[in-house]
Amino acid sequence: MIKVILIDDEPLARSLVREYLHTYPDIDIVSECGDGFEGVKAIAQHQPDLIFLDIQMPKINGFEMLELVENPPAVIFTTAFDEYAIQAFEQHAVDYLLKPFSKERFDRAIQKWKGQQSVPQKNTSMLLETISHPEERQRIVVKKGNNIVIVPVHTVHYLEAFDDYVKVHTKEGFYLKKKTMAHFEKALDPKQFVRVHRSYLLNLQELTRIEPLEKENHIALLKSGVRVPLSQSGYGKLREVLGI
Amino acid sequence: MSKSVTYSKIITVYLFWWVNWIAIQTAVILGLGFGWETALTDAAITQLIFALSGYTINTSMHSYQPSIKNMVYLICYSVVLTLLSIFIQRWLLLQALGGISGFSNFLENSLTLRGAFGWLMNLLIATLTWFWVYVEDRKEVEKRKEDAARLAREAELSNLRLQLQPHFLFNSLNSISALVSSRPDEARKMIQQLSDFLRGTVKKDDTSLVTLEEELQHLQLYLEIEKVRFGHRLITDIQKSEESLVLKLPSLLLQPIVENAIKFGLYDTVGEITISISTRKENNLLLIEVKNPFDPATASPRQGTGFGLSSVQRRLYLIYFRNDLLSTSQSENVFVTTIKIPQIS
Repeated sequence: MIKVILIDDEPLARSLVREYLHTYPDIDIVSECGDGFEGVKAIAQHQPDLIFLDIQMPKINGFEMLELVENPPAVIFTTAFDEYAIQAFEQHAVDYLLKPFSKERFDRAIQKWKGQQSVPQKNTSMLLETISHPEERQRIVVKKGNNIVIVPVHTVHYLEAFDDYVKVHTKEGFYLKKKTMAHFEKALDPKQFVRVHRSYLLNLQELTRIEPLEKENHIALLKSGVRVPLSQSGYGKLREVLGI
Repeated sequence: MSKSVTYSKIITVYLFWWVNWIAIQTAVILGLGFGWETALTDAAITQLIFALSGYTINTSMHSYQPSIKNMVYLICYSVVLTLLSIFIQRWLLLQALGGISGFSNFLENSLTLRGAFGWLMNLLIATLTWFWVYVEDRKEVEKRKEDAARLAREAELSNLRLQLQPHFLFNSLNSISALVSSRPDEARKMIQQLSDFLRGTVKKDDTSLVTLEEELQHLQLYLEIEKVRFGHRLITDIQKSEESLVLKLPSLLLQPIVENAIKFGLYDTVGEITISISTRKENNLLLIEVKNPFDPATASPRQGTGFGLSSVQRRLYLIYFRNDLLSTSQSENVFVTTIKIPQIS
């Protein structure tokens, strides 16, 4: 059996997908979720082959939910018009269904997914990496144990590269997020967050002082007392943004 | 109408002006020892010709207004007209009064003076006309500017009013699609509600005021549809004071505010949410408060002033020229949007 999960905050939208799936006896709906929190749990529990995912949902949206899932399954997005995401969908999602969608269109999406199973999978994590946000990221959604934490970006002190992860440092300590520094550098407001070092992205509001170190090197002192090294080009960028 | 009235006034003043000069010239010629008849005939012929030449200058300048740089043309034109006037006057006067003793002599001797007088008159009229046309042009330009601004304002208003969130429409249609096979009666009902709602948004014009009662009826249609979509989570509570129902507000103002509150409430929290709307009359104002729950820890700062509210703010500004009619506040986990609508009697 093919395991499928439906994630949408509108019950009627889920019931439509359920109805359309009646004609597929080989597909089993193992769970239905009304928000991303339930979605993360259900995916971890059932390890589905395919999910139908809405984007605009309570608390965390569809993309943020996917970011929290390890080894995300294949995704068919179901959404009303979302101009910014469509390009990314076309590149990396199995398919996207624009609400309202017909049974024929739905069937095509299922056929497309079935056809792709023999060839290398479109990569959902690639999708997440390339999605261009319509505006700068306002928050970062992370997982701490079994809890999901929403971190508003203005509470972030700095970001630090850590192997395949990024450490998001806040007053409460740090959270790990499976993303690249380049992603955050692009997604965060460049007037607020400056890449001061290959491994560090700094929130300017946390900066109190820049101190010279031996030779040409400098170091940034944060309000929290943390010292962050500045690379030569990072020091230049910082001066440029601060206008000094 | 008003233009022709001023025009006839100007003609009267113009004629009066020349009658005056006829009187003055008559007096002067009488003083030189000529008889009444001679003096009056000379003055009348002379001044009438000058009046005609002044009129010619005036009318020709309405169709051609020289720039300051081209003033020299105007001067040449007035000199030519003056010479022509003098030539005609001389001929007419000699015909009429050539037999009076000493008159032809007097005429030849005074031609320079007459020419100088005529030329000054022509210049005076040309200058006045030039200013007159200039002022009229300015008025015209101002008026055109005002018209353009008014048109732009109207276009902007109609744009803002028609900013229906496409998400709402597409998601509603999707809900109908889901209802069709399992609950066809509800599907039909929702189609009806959606149609009534859409009809309400297209029939009203941009600046028209409606009563709060009408606006709340339209809002009700919207809320019914949202409840089909989010009935499991959405509770609404409308408190309307009796005296506020007859007060007026711009049509379709309330729906985007409530839409914003619902979106904010639904997407910022999980579980049930209550949207409260209360209306009351305060002095000469209609006061409407819309409250929605939110989570202060995670709400992104920009969310509260999303497109919904900024377009309402802009609309209120374009209609009332005030920026203080929409305000928001938050306490604990309730977000409050307040609008004040001045009542113009």
